[in-house]
Amino acid sequence: MMMTRIFAAALAAAGLTAAASALEGDAHAPKDHEWHHEGPFGTFDRQAVQRGFQVFQEVCASCHSMDLLRFRNLGQRGGPFESEEYPNPNDNPVVMQIAAGYQIEDGPNDDGDMFMRDGLPSDAWPAPFDNEQQARASNGGAYPPDLTLIVKARSGGADYLYSLLTGYTDPPEDSHLAPGQYYNEYFEGGAIAMAPPLVEGIVTYDDGTEATVEQMAEDVVTFLTWAGDPHMEARKQMGVMVLIYLFIFAILVYLAYRQVWKNVKH
Amino acid sequence: MTEENGAPGGHGEEPTRRDFIYIAAGGAAAVGGGLVAWPFIDQMNPAADTLALGSIRVDVSVIPQGSEITVMWRGGPVFIRHRTEDEIAEARAVELRVLPDQDARNDNLPAGAPGFDANRVLRPEFLIVKGNCTHLGCVPLGLGANTGDYDGWYCPCHGSHYDTSARIRRGPAPENLPVPDYYFETDTTVKIGLSPEEAAEAGWEVADSAGAVA
Amino acid sequence: MSGHSTYEPKTGVEKWLDSRLPIIRLGWDSFVDFPTPRNLNYWWTFGGILAVFLVIQIVTGIVLAMHYVAHEDMAFDSVQRIVRDVPFGWLLQSMHANGASFFFVAVYLHMFRGLYYGSYKAPREVLWILGVVIYLLMMATAFMGYVLPWGQMSYWGAMVITNLIGALPFVGDAIREWLWGGFSVGQATLNRFFSLHYLLPFVIAGVVGLHIWALHVPGNGNPAGLEIKDPKKDALPFHPYYTVKDGFAIIVYLMVFAVFVFYMPNVLGHADNYIEANPLSTPAHIVPEWYFLPFYAILRAVTFDIGPIDAKLGGVLAMFGAIAILFVLPWLDTSKVRSMRYRPLTRWFFIFFVIAALGLGWCGAKNPDDPFVGAIKFVHLAQFLTAYYFAYFLVILPVLGIIEKPKERPASIEASVLGEAKS
Repeated sequence: MMMTRIFAAALAAAGLTAAASALEGDAHAPKDHEWHHEGPFGTFDRQAVQRGFQVFQEVCASCHSMDLLRFRNLGQRGGPFESEEYPNPNDNPVVMQIAAGYQIEDGPNDDGDMFMRDGLPSDAWPAPFDNEQQARASNGGAYPPDLTLIVKARSGGADYLYSLLTGYTDPPEDSHLAPGQYYNEYFEGGAIAMAPPLVEGIVTYDDGTEATVEQMAEDVVTFLTWAGDPHMEARKQMGVMVLIYLFIFAILVYLAYRQVWKNVKH
Repeated sequence: MTEENGAPGGHGEEPTRRDFIYIAAGGAAAVGGGLVAWPFIDQMNPAADTLALGSIRVDVSVIPQGSEITVMWRGGPVFIRHRTEDEIAEARAVELRVLPDQDARNDNLPAGAPGFDANRVLRPEFLIVKGNCTHLGCVPLGLGANTGDYDGWYCPCHGSHYDTSARIRRGPAPENLPVPDYYFETDTTVKIGLSPEEAAEAGWEVADSAGAVA
Repeated sequence: MSGHSTYEPKTGVEKWLDSRLPIIRLGWDSFVDFPTPRNLNYWWTFGGILAVFLVIQIVTGIVLAMHYVAHEDMAFDSVQRIVRDVPFGWLLQSMHANGASFFFVAVYLHMFRGLYYGSYKAPREVLWILGVVIYLLMMATAFMGYVLPWGQMSYWGAMVITNLIGALPFVGDAIREWLWGGFSVGQATLNRFFSLHYLLPFVIAGVVGLHIWALHVPGNGNPAGLEIKDPKKDALPFHPYYTVKDGFAIIVYLMVFAVFVFYMPNVLGHADNYIEANPLSTPAHIVPEWYFLPFYAILRAVTFDIGPIDAKLGGVLAMFGAIAILFVLPWLDTSKVRSMRYRPLTRWFFIFFVIAALGLGWCGAKNPDDPFVGAIKFVHLAQFLTAYYFAYFLVILPVLGIIEKPKERPASIEASVLGEAKS
């Protein structure tokens, strides 16, 4: 029966995206935004990651899944609720509280029934839809992509996503937008099925930062960059040590080389 | 084989019985080696459970005229388009000589059947073809996306255009999109992937003209 | 160069072992007291670099296989689990993925070295052919390895390449189905590619053993293209002279590798491979890994039928021919002079050959219909460069070997070194 599943909805949506790419004109090159996590020594701006998580949770997560994110990830290094007090993120009270705010299906229990319980730090981030078909049915045929790896899965990465989130404009006169499509010059083809997700003041930041579209875009993209590459800081730090070691090693071996070849013309 | 070189058994001018025994022993080893190798090669062919997944049933009554669906069959897509009369007429108006591939590419018909539209469909309103481009296997785009210059399908990978009978008209693809073996089990249900018995009663026959416009 | 051995077992245990299994003697004669031309430059260090990268790939691969799941529903997530949850998994995965690219960078430099200095000429034909065999095995290994993460490029790259086999007349479809183990790239394909991807590196290691054996019979070539006449004057023991020189080059190369592993781990990959494979949706531009791009360009350059061979089969034949021609190269180059140092005319054709190879790589990354200059499209550029690629082997080398007047060569390796040192 698996095989007989009909992907009619899938096709309709493939139609939407493809129609978009059939529109004339290539996508605009993304804006070159300055990121705190750029460069060989760049680290995640913790405040931005935390604010970005809030934007993700309150805005993006109503349509987009985040399949590879576990609640515990939120408390690990670089994550929004990293805490020195709780090196094991599973013990982090903030993480436990966020997890407990979601109902997760578990079971079967002794009677053989599935039941709902509060989320635990080890649980995966719950998806807004049960499956792709349901997601498409609820979104006019378009499938909101999973966001865990979205920064790595788009050429242009963080700059592209930032441009996309801040790039909604009125359509030029010669564009042919289907109903339910919006114009965004950074999206390939220009027609995108996602309504402009960020509106000024759609979230209220706890730290008092003003929730402009640019601010929210920067924050949520920082959060998504962390979510897709949670070990970035450890990676860059180890890189420094490895390169210093290799550099010293290279000098020593070069001196040994000069020593060995001292009396040989070559 | 052993004239001058003094190989075992060679003690003179002509092959002896001993030579024959050596050759026979060597031959037996070669045959045995070949027979042992075969299971190790053949195991890579599709397994029984893979072959068992070979048929699906699709309710085509849910497809409105002028639209199409994609179903998964044998790990790849199959296009089912409920064609309009214009599309049928367009497919039937094409002369065989303009086709780059004049073969029907229909698994239900003997090889070499001419590529008339009538040889590509069982019922003119339903066109059922495998959905991998015959060039390099990409999935061509269809209705709602990009139907190409011949109103059928367009492959975005290397620009092959297919017509409303899913025949290749322009681009690098060498063959028409192939028609899988199928028949109408009921008036509304298509079974794709047939046993030999089912194939016999499917009702396919080779046409020698484009067929009447429905 | 396999003269008498200078190994003298010192301790009793060494003597005991030497009379039973002279393995220390073998190592000593091969890597310690092996007479090596004194004039080798840094282009000769890539052999050692390649050995290091074979080890890196095998070791990282074995540990990654402890976590990887070869199942179409789980492969993508299992790789992400390695990166996100396995201790140091992000490091091992990055080393393995980038290591493949650095392996190919080194092998291409190693091959161009051989082409420039005539390392394929007598008496080193077998050495060269074994090298081409290793290169082919590397390509097969890398191709199957790229399928394993089961991203969109993994899936569609496998789809496009296995479909090439369908171009073969009569048997193509049957062979393709046999390779797939089904009716499309799927679970069976993924699982067998994993099995073979694990196996082939050990086959490579075996052929590398033969490659080194074949190297140690005639000994190293060298920039002057001369043989060692007097080992005392022309040669140096491999250790410590070349162990330390190779060692230095390996460390420098590892530094560049580390920059990629730690600071741009995804630059050499493709963004689409972070999207899980989907048989119903083809990415807009399917491109292979960069190290296959020149051959991909040759494949797509054949857009016309040649007699009974249609364009698709023609492209496949050209692509495989581009590699196959390397096997017969030792017999195509008619010149007795090995090193292009002394072949002033051929040297220019070689330089253009390198440019052509890089240009083909560029064409492979581009859409063939994109304009190159004015009305000239990339497919036209690829056709021109493909023609040059084949002409270099089939026309230029055979003809130039006969008509070119080589420069005067020094009398010996020692003379070449001292002559250069003076000037």
